[in-house]
Amino acid sequence: MHELAVAQALVEQVDAVIDQHQAGRAILIRVRIGPLAGVVPDLLATAFPLAAAGSRMEHAELEFTHAPIRVHCQTCGAETEAAMNRLLCGACGDWHTRILSGNELLLESVELETAPALPLET
Amino acid sequence: MCDTCGCNLTPGNQHLAFKPVAKGATAVSVLKGLLAKNDDQAGHNRAHFDQRGILAINLMSSPGSGKTALLEATLTALKDEFTCAVIEGDLETENDAERIRAKGVQAHQIVTGTACHLDAHLVHDALHHMTLDGVDILFIENVGNLVCPASFDLGQHLNVTLLSVTEGDDKPAKYPVMFRAADAMLLTKTDLLAVLDDFDPDQAETHLRNLANPAPVMRLSARKGMGMDAWLTWLHEQLAAQRARVAIGQSRRPAIQSDGMKYHSVTA
Repeated sequence: MHELAVAQALVEQVDAVIDQHQAGRAILIRVRIGPLAGVVPDLLATAFPLAAAGSRMEHAELEFTHAPIRVHCQTCGAETEAAMNRLLCGACGDWHTRILSGNELLLESVELETAPALPLET
Repeated sequence: MCDTCGCNLTPGNQHLAFKPVAKGATAVSVLKGLLAKNDDQAGHNRAHFDQRGILAINLMSSPGSGKTALLEATLTALKDEFTCAVIEGDLETENDAERIRAKGVQAHQIVTGTACHLDAHLVHDALHHMTLDGVDILFIENVGNLVCPASFDLGQHLNVTLLSVTEGDDKPAKYPVMFRAADAMLLTKTDLLAVLDDFDPDQAETHLRNLANPAPVMRLSARKGMGMDAWLTWLHEQLAAQRARVAIGQSRRPAIQSDGMKYHSVTA
């Protein structure tokens, strides 16, 4: 539902990156989304073209990096993978854990076109 | 994080930044929270609150779980002690703000139209319509929705998530993003437990702990005045804690936030 708002925020950020590097346009946008961020990659992929229409990234590819849920146990110190609604320590089962990854919502990197596009061969 | 000098690169993430790319193109590592703009605005809102010593609380839940009824009872109980103010978020109508004003409390209604959540900019605009001088506690009643509001920092210090006993005790397991964000979980409408045989408050608490959330769980019925004391005591404690923080120039962010910085330090 709120993925359109996130897509709009993404377009603003990429726009700033394009400006910062005085590039022509973005070719590839890589985003890292953890399951606990509350944003569904597929829905963001659907919303992105709407937010990007007419911008310098409208033809860019949107790529998602998987971010597994990992927790650190404050009781036994183990680092284990966990499920979205069961953030317990995989080693001792305790719930006193801290999220190491899985809640990211990051613009990871952008590939920019720096040289003008080559003219089509005739 | 710094976008200029490359100091946001760590051994854990640099492979993301230096992937070879096609000729005529360049890869730029950003590693910035997608909602950075919202988060900046939220930080600004929080600074406003801290300057005035205000405690800001974000109330989140499904529609109809009793956020406004809780506020009505809470404002009545606190009226001789503290000055409160309320921001209401709904898709349409001024109804909730009117209910709050009927209690003699300042309220501003944000009508979101079709938006499913409040964001930091909406709250900031609302603040410009309000008198914050002398306010002790600001309650922000988010749009009734167990999904989207959890992803947007508004500048609040605390998230309070309500779960009414008519909804099912497994809601924390079904909506982990929301319940993981709770600094306190309130089980509301507990007067109805007597006629409901399928809601187990202990089970609801277990589901919350399974999200590694140590937040206190309070059981109450705002309508019947049951269990309100624990909630009001908690509010007193939180306001005292906020004043203590303000006195030493510190602030507090709610349990969950988007966290480029955390990513930064743990992936290496």
